[in-house]
Amino acid sequence: MDSATSPSIRIDGVVKRFPGVVALAGISAEILPGRLTGLVGPDGAGKTTLMRLMTGLLRPDEGSIDVLGRNTVRNQGEIAHLAGYMPQRFGLYEDLSVMENLQLYADLRALPPAQRRATFGRLLEFTKLGPFTARLAGKLSGGMKQKLGLACALMARPDVLLLDEPGVGVDPVSRQDLWRMVSELTGEGMAVVWSTAYLDEAEQCASVLLLNEGKLEFSGKPAELTHRLQGRSFRVVEPEGDRRRLLAQALDLPSISDGVIQGRSVRLVARAGEPIDAARPLAEAVNARIEPVAPRFEDAFVDLLGGGPGGSSVIADLMEPVDLASDTAVSCSNLTRRFGDFTATDRVTFDVRQGEIFGLLGPNGAGKSTTFKMLCGLLKPSEGSAHVVGLDLARAASAAKNQLGYMAQKFSLYGLLSVRQNLEFSAGVYGLAGAEKKGRIDEMIDAFELGRFLDAAPNDLSLGYKQRLALACSLMHRPPVLFLDEPTSGVDPITRREFWTHINGLVRKGVTVMVTTHFMDEAEYCDRVALMYRAKLIALDTPDALKRQVARHDDHEPTMEDAFIGLIERIDAEEAVR
Amino acid sequence: MSARWIRLRAQIIKELLCLLRDPRSRIVLIGPPIIQLFVFSFAITLEVKNIDVALLNHDVGGASVELVQQIESSDLVRRIRVAGSERELAELIDAQHVLAGIVIPETFSRDVAQGRNATAQIIIDGRKANAGQIALGYLQTIVGHVGATLRPTTMSGGGGDAAAVRHWFNPNLTYRWYVVPSLAGILVTLVALMVTALSIARERELGTFDQLLVSPCTPTEIIVAKGIPAFLVGIVLASVMIGAAVFLFGIPFTGSLGLLFVCLMLFILSLVGIGLMISSICSTQQQAILGTFAVVVPAVIMSGFATPVENMPLALQWIAECIPLKHFLIILQGSFLKALPPADVFANAWPMAVIAVVTLTLATLFVRSKLQ
Repeated sequence: MDSATSPSIRIDGVVKRFPGVVALAGISAEILPGRLTGLVGPDGAGKTTLMRLMTGLLRPDEGSIDVLGRNTVRNQGEIAHLAGYMPQRFGLYEDLSVMENLQLYADLRALPPAQRRATFGRLLEFTKLGPFTARLAGKLSGGMKQKLGLACALMARPDVLLLDEPGVGVDPVSRQDLWRMVSELTGEGMAVVWSTAYLDEAEQCASVLLLNEGKLEFSGKPAELTHRLQGRSFRVVEPEGDRRRLLAQALDLPSISDGVIQGRSVRLVARAGEPIDAARPLAEAVNARIEPVAPRFEDAFVDLLGGGPGGSSVIADLMEPVDLASDTAVSCSNLTRRFGDFTATDRVTFDVRQGEIFGLLGPNGAGKSTTFKMLCGLLKPSEGSAHVVGLDLARAASAAKNQLGYMAQKFSLYGLLSVRQNLEFSAGVYGLAGAEKKGRIDEMIDAFELGRFLDAAPNDLSLGYKQRLALACSLMHRPPVLFLDEPTSGVDPITRREFWTHINGLVRKGVTVMVTTHFMDEAEYCDRVALMYRAKLIALDTPDALKRQVARHDDHEPTMEDAFIGLIERIDAEEAVR
Repeated sequence: MSARWIRLRAQIIKELLCLLRDPRSRIVLIGPPIIQLFVFSFAITLEVKNIDVALLNHDVGGASVELVQQIESSDLVRRIRVAGSERELAELIDAQHVLAGIVIPETFSRDVAQGRNATAQIIIDGRKANAGQIALGYLQTIVGHVGATLRPTTMSGGGGDAAAVRHWFNPNLTYRWYVVPSLAGILVTLVALMVTALSIARERELGTFDQLLVSPCTPTEIIVAKGIPAFLVGIVLASVMIGAAVFLFGIPFTGSLGLLFVCLMLFILSLVGIGLMISSICSTQQQAILGTFAVVVPAVIMSGFATPVENMPLALQWIAECIPLKHFLIILQGSFLKALPPADVFANAWPMAVIAVVTLTLATLFVRSKLQ
């Protein structure tokens, strides 16, 4: 690092309070030009607040922020010209086309007409949005929206670029594009701030600012933090039998701070100063060996926040074991859906076994949402059929729907109803009444510790509790099959782990789980993964087998993301040959 | 209890809670009725008073003096401006100094005296068509009065051919007697449409509609549950308005209250169907509100509240038949002022039933199509 470089942004003792909360409690940091700085932290850590303070949209209560030598309070007007900002919820006008959005931002930036043609050309080439200039912004996929947002933020060739969670809802292929674009920009000397709750993104940043509850927990290169975990990360390789049980047991050990499923294996992190030995008997019982692995940034992050949740799920313990007549929980054959000329899902066939976590993956627009919607009865297929627990969704819709639980990305809770009223509504629409209804609701309140919030509005709950409530609502009728539509999009690692503890527990009771996700760590939890691309099913196998398919040599250990991108590129290459 | 009823009950409770817990929808429910009740009842008037008229009198006889005096002393006219010539009269109207001009020909008094058909010319400012028409009506009555009071002295005991207009049912033409009952119909239209239009749109905007569709609830159950809050709100609102009409404004209620409420239910059902159809094509609450106004404004204008349906072009009259408010206004006004006989009530009730059946069927088909 060049010590002569002066920082692009200097944050000095910044405090920001909102009624009832301290969003930022004395943050000091420097952001250097020509590099990518990750602003990392769980939901509610203060990332967006800090972003908005840096743009001058908010004023700090104490301390000050200088952007390119200008104070954000005194010289806010100048900063607006020098810094590009891309807010979380795309600052785009959805009813305007791509080109109209660019023109609008050019007008807002007072870009001289003579420069426009060249600037638009440069931005469209950079973002590869050239072929879509006439399309309405609202009709773009998540990834394309983010690219357009980025193009608009780059309109004035800023020296500082602030990106608020650009990776949310973006598939790995588009995410790779975004990274490529951002690294080109930092190469030109721009200071880029990228806020995220995804730790694999943080790991790719040149330096990170790690926020938690308004405090700066770490500042520096991600490797420095990861290094602290040296010798504490292990993998239990391919245990026999139930790896979810092994994970649950391991997480309940006091010496284990964190653990996740990785394909057939289980990844564990030991607490500081604790040997892994306590887990050895567990591994030996399932004939698995424990091998040390390189720590990841996520391990360090979770450790810094005091470790993940335990391995037991009260709700899963309450569920009676599911025992279906047939071994197949969900099945579809030749499932096809056309919208006019466009085929969104093209002859997809697969069976999901009982007690399996089945992942449906694919880039934005590949047809996985359409397929998912047909499987849970939200959409009728043009051809083919879908069955849940042996019931045809076309013929016995109401009976089939009684057998499935559904939890959506945005946790579709009724914001106008209190927590208790939400629970009562879910129980009611699934036909529960009287003592049974009361019993189930009380169970949910106990299992998810919702007692304190019964009269609160769901929107006032923290993300973690919102997720608990949504899960409680979808489990109220004890469904043998659970559909999860991007359940942890934008959710921090701790909340995500807690969620998967419940899901793992339910699966061990025989519940079948169908999940769509953009989050590759989540795909690792699946027993089998179906990868969709251009409306077709292009791969269906265990996560480990998919990774092996793209391995270049025996020692190469590709990640799930590598497998995802590799398999899709393979299809593209085959098409090119034809 | 059957599962179907349990599901339905849970949904109805949810709909009512959503409606009553949302401060914005509470305002929609309470604000407009109160404001409109007072605006329509006290501020807006269909009466014409205190106008200026121009007078060009070519006659010097007793009858013309009598006429001028009568016009001068009426509530209608504030001031008479005397014009010296046809041109001067035309200028007064052109400059909008007066609403109407009266030209009394030189033969007027003679004609009256001789029992011939005496005529005076009235020129109305066509730019103020509505007020002009009403003023014309008043002036005609006054002119008629002059003929009527003079005629007996000239005619031998004939009597009775004087054009004495008597307004039945509302003898003093108290406009409030007409406006307040109609307002009940208009407000129920607005609120019932708004409540139903917002209900599906709100769920779609917030993503809860999918959650509802993956539940075992059938499309029919969803439609029924969406309709009931609007139904209850409509009944309560109409009852309050009818109560206000009777007790606050002292408007006589002469028809059958039971029959009126049966019709009210049909009326609200047809509105719920229309509201659900608006809701079905809107994906945000904002669109639903705009959609509601796009329907309510023409519906009120064409309902016969402001202008008689019979005066509209034939094509528009047919469209008016499809507006529930048109039929309900006839029943409502009839029930208040002229003890509308059951046969006439029925004649206006069945079109609302047809509208309700058609729109509710379409709405159910729509929800079902969302599942396709």
